[in-house]
Amino acid sequence: MERDDIIEYSLHSHHSAEEGVKLRKKIYFVTALLSVITIIEVLVGVFISRSANEGTGLWEAIKMGYIVLTLIKAGYIVLVFMHLGDERKYFKWMILIPYILFLLYLIFIALNEAIAVGEGMKL
Amino acid sequence: MSGEASKAIEPKVLWGGGRSPFSISYGKIMMWIFLVSDALTFGGLLVGLGFARHAAVTKGFAWPSSEQVFTHFPFTHEHLPLLYVAFMTFILIISSVTMVLAVEAGHRMDKKKVAFWLALTVVGGAIFLGSQVWEWSTFIAGPDGDISTWADNATLKQNFFLPLSTEGGHAILGMEGPQAYAMFFFFITGFHGFHVFTGVVFNFIILMNVLAGTYEKRGHYEMVEKVGLYWHFIDLVWVFVFTFYYLV
Repeated sequence: MERDDIIEYSLHSHHSAEEGVKLRKKIYFVTALLSVITIIEVLVGVFISRSANEGTGLWEAIKMGYIVLTLIKAGYIVLVFMHLGDERKYFKWMILIPYILFLLYLIFIALNEAIAVGEGMKL
Repeated sequence: MSGEASKAIEPKVLWGGGRSPFSISYGKIMMWIFLVSDALTFGGLLVGLGFARHAAVTKGFAWPSSEQVFTHFPFTHEHLPLLYVAFMTFILIISSVTMVLAVEAGHRMDKKKVAFWLALTVVGGAIFLGSQVWEWSTFIAGPDGDISTWADNATLKQNFFLPLSTEGGHAILGMEGPQAYAMFFFFITGFHGFHVFTGVVFNFIILMNVLAGTYEKRGHYEMVEKVGLYWHFIDLVWVFVFTFYYLV
C-alpha cells in the first residue's frame, strides 16, 4: 500500500555521474591516506620495537603518536566512509558525544584503578 | 552526498514534527544506534586490555611484545614481525573502500557496479577470515604445527617474554602476563572475527538481492548503505585493535 505521509529520505540520496566522479576522488584520497598511515605504523612497530624501548621517553612519544594516528584514521573512516560528516549536525553529535564522553571516563577510571590494583598486589 | 540531510531546511520546519529532524530513514538511524552500542562493547574489551596491562606492569609482570610474538608469515620461516597483521589490516581497509564504492554506485543506481564492488567486499572479508584462521592456528600451535597445550602456547614459548618475577626458581606463568595476553588475543580478535563473519554473511545476502534486482525495483540502494555502515564499523574496530593489541 502506498503511503504519502512517510518521507522516503533514501529516495533523495541519489547523485549524478559528475558528483560521483568527485566523490570517488575523495574516496581514493582517503584510501591513500589510510594506507600510508598504516604503513608508517607498521614500520615504526617493526624497527622501533616495544621490547627494546619500553620505559623510555621515546617509547612514550611513539605510543602517543600511535594513538594520534589511530584517531586520525578512525575520524576519516567515520566521517567519510560512513558519511557521518555529511549527516545533519545534530545527528552527528548525538552519535559521537555520548560515546566519546563515556569512553573517556571509562579509560580514565579503569587505567587509574589498574595502577592502584597492581601496586596493591605487588609480589 | 546524503541528499536530504545536506538540504537547507528551516529549523522550524525540520523540528516541527511530521518528519525526521535528522532527515534519515528509521533503518539507518537504528543501524547507527546499534553501532554505538556495539562500539561500547569493543571499547569495554579494549579498556579491559588496558586495565590488565597496567595492572600487570605495576605488579612486575612483563607483557609480551607483539612484534616478538607475531613474527610468522605463511609459506616461509623468515622472521617477519607484524607483517602478516599489516597485510590483514590492509585487506580490511581495501574491503572497506570497495564497500564505500558500492554505496557510491548505489546512489547512481548503477546495479552492475554495486554488484561488482560488493562482490569484492565479500571476497576481502573472506580473505581476512581465512587469515585469522591461520593466525589463530599459528598462535596456538606455532609455525611448525607443534602440538601445545593452553598453558605452554607454542608461539608464546618460542619468544622471550618471560615474566619478571620468579618463585622458588620457577618463572611464574600466572594469569597476569602471557596467559592474559593470550586470553585477550582470543577474546578480542575472536569477537571481532565473529563480526567479520556476520558482516560477510550480510554482505553476501545483500549481494544476492542486488543481483536479483530487489533494490532496482525499490528505487534506492539504502540496504547496501546499511550493511556498508556495519562493514565500515568492523574496519573501524580493527584499526583500534591493531593499535592497542599489536602496536602499543
